[in-house]
Amino acid sequence: MKAAAAGYVRANDLSHAISLLAASEGQARVLAGGQSLIASLNLRLAGETALIDINGVTELCGIALDGDVLRIGALTRHRELATSDLVARHAPAISQAAPLIAHAAIRNRGTIGGSLAYADPAAELPACMIALDATIVVQGPAGRRGVRATDFFIDLFTTDLGEDEMIVAIEVPACAPGERQVTMELARRSGDYALAGIVLVRRENGARVAFFGVGPTAVLARAAMAVIDREGSPDEAAAVLDQDIQPLDDVHAPASVRLHLARVLLRRALNATLAAEVGHV
Amino acid sequence: MSDIAGFPTKVDISLTVNGERVEARVDVARHLVDFLRLDLGLSGSHAGCEHGVCGACTLQVNGEVVRGCLTLAAQLDGAEVWTVEGLTDTGSLADLQAAFVSRNALQCGFCTPGMLFAAADVLASGKVPSRAEIREHISGNYCRCTGYEAVVDAIETVARSRAGGGEASA
Ligand SMILES: Cc1cc2nc3c(=O)[nH]c(=O)nc-3n(C[C@H](O)[C@H](O)[C@H](O)COP(=O)(O)OP(=O)(O)OC[C@H]3O[C@@H](n4cnc5c(N)ncnc54)[C@H](O)[C@@H]3O)c2cc1C
Ligand code: FES
Ligand code: FES
Repeated sequence: MKAAAAGYVRANDLSHAISLLAASEGQARVLAGGQSLIASLNLRLAGETALIDINGVTELCGIALDGDVLRIGALTRHRELATSDLVARHAPAISQAAPLIAHAAIRNRGTIGGSLAYADPAAELPACMIALDATIVVQGPAGRRGVRATDFFIDLFTTDLGEDEMIVAIEVPACAPGERQVTMELARRSGDYALAGIVLVRRENGARVAFFGVGPTAVLARAAMAVIDREGSPDEAAAVLDQDIQPLDDVHAPASVRLHLARVLLRRALNATLAAEVGHV
Repeated sequence: MSDIAGFPTKVDISLTVNGERVEARVDVARHLVDFLRLDLGLSGSHAGCEHGVCGACTLQVNGEVVRGCLTLAAQLDGAEVWTVEGLTDTGSLADLQAAFVSRNALQCGFCTPGMLFAAADVLASGKVPSRAEIREHISGNYCRCTGYEAVVDAIETVARSRAGGGEASA
């Protein structure tokens, strides 16, 4: 099948991209890595849409540490997330997540901004944002605003992003000394979207646990977090997970399997952070 | 298809394909594989699923492996594209191609151009990857014929011989 793109403009810079988006009144979409958008255009699932190619917009590129905030440009490719020293040091959950996304050829093009805007419920990066308590920085004709990740993901493929807004960057609280972060997932084949996945962040002021692939959006597992914070065992935390996630049956796996896998992942992730505590050299 | 104000439906591009300059006016919906096959007559890049899953369209743009079906020709102004035809002419895939033949790593050959690009990519670092690393790297390239074992054999053979270790033991 052939793409249903109804027009194309290469944006020169950020303000050009935003003015094109506003002027199109919902008839155009931002084209980042294209690894989800061009696929749905080819399948004619995206409707008739014009494209604003942001690949030349340098303001959206780059990774930098600013005080205790790691700032990641929206156009940062999955491959850069996987190989960046800054990300490995200050947001290890993201550097563990990136190699789990798709395959090398797709990671060379796919971007963090695209993944967050697309908001696939089984995607790794939205869950990283929620577990890390990151801020998604978005910009439209009315200016710039920051949205907490927990407020950004609203429903299946639905975010808080306005029709005339785009993601410009992500701000992640940098990993503190002693903090531990783990991203893990279970998938049938390498590169597939996960059947279930977890991002666990253990900070001085408490644990944050997000799951992906087990509901319409990535979710914060508050009941399990409370058990971890009162130093309950991994088994006790796993036992309350049915309060946090209610997966549905689908063609890939029945709900009970996903809940089981989420419990397995929670135990493994907690044990990994405990092992890291004892065994750190 | 109706026009959306301010968004052209055809775009002029100027790029190099296999080292040769190409100028074209393309429909914005044209993806790179169709551009190569239908407009330039380069049929080495294959279109299977056209949504990123099978890897048959894998090729090189600006030095990186990408999915041809998830790249629009309109995006390629100023780009440098290499296809299996070009890398066959330069000889840079010759050892891999010979190993694919001698190890029976292809049957129908539909997946082979994309598989060669994935293989070249995993070998690009110059290290000898483990079989598990090779499998991981070609996990996005479907082969419906060989069962992959022979493909991994071929790539491993080349990795060892490039590293100076000669033929891998079978
Ligand atoms: C075979 C295959 C397997 C995959 N497996 C996984 C996987 O395991 N995990 C995973 O997470 N992903 C997976 N993906 C998706 C991949 O990660 C995509 O790269 C990602 O979902 C979208 O990023 P993109 O940059 O390619 O965005 P695009 O495809 O360009 O855009 C996606 C959507 O986001 C919008 N958008 C893009 N950038 C912005 C921005 N800055 N501001 C506002 N809106 C924007 C676009 O308008 C579009 O609606 C897979 C894709 C394929 C083809
Ligand atoms: S045709 Fe591009 S991945 Fe299948
Ligand atoms: S040789 Fe036939 S698909 Fe791989």
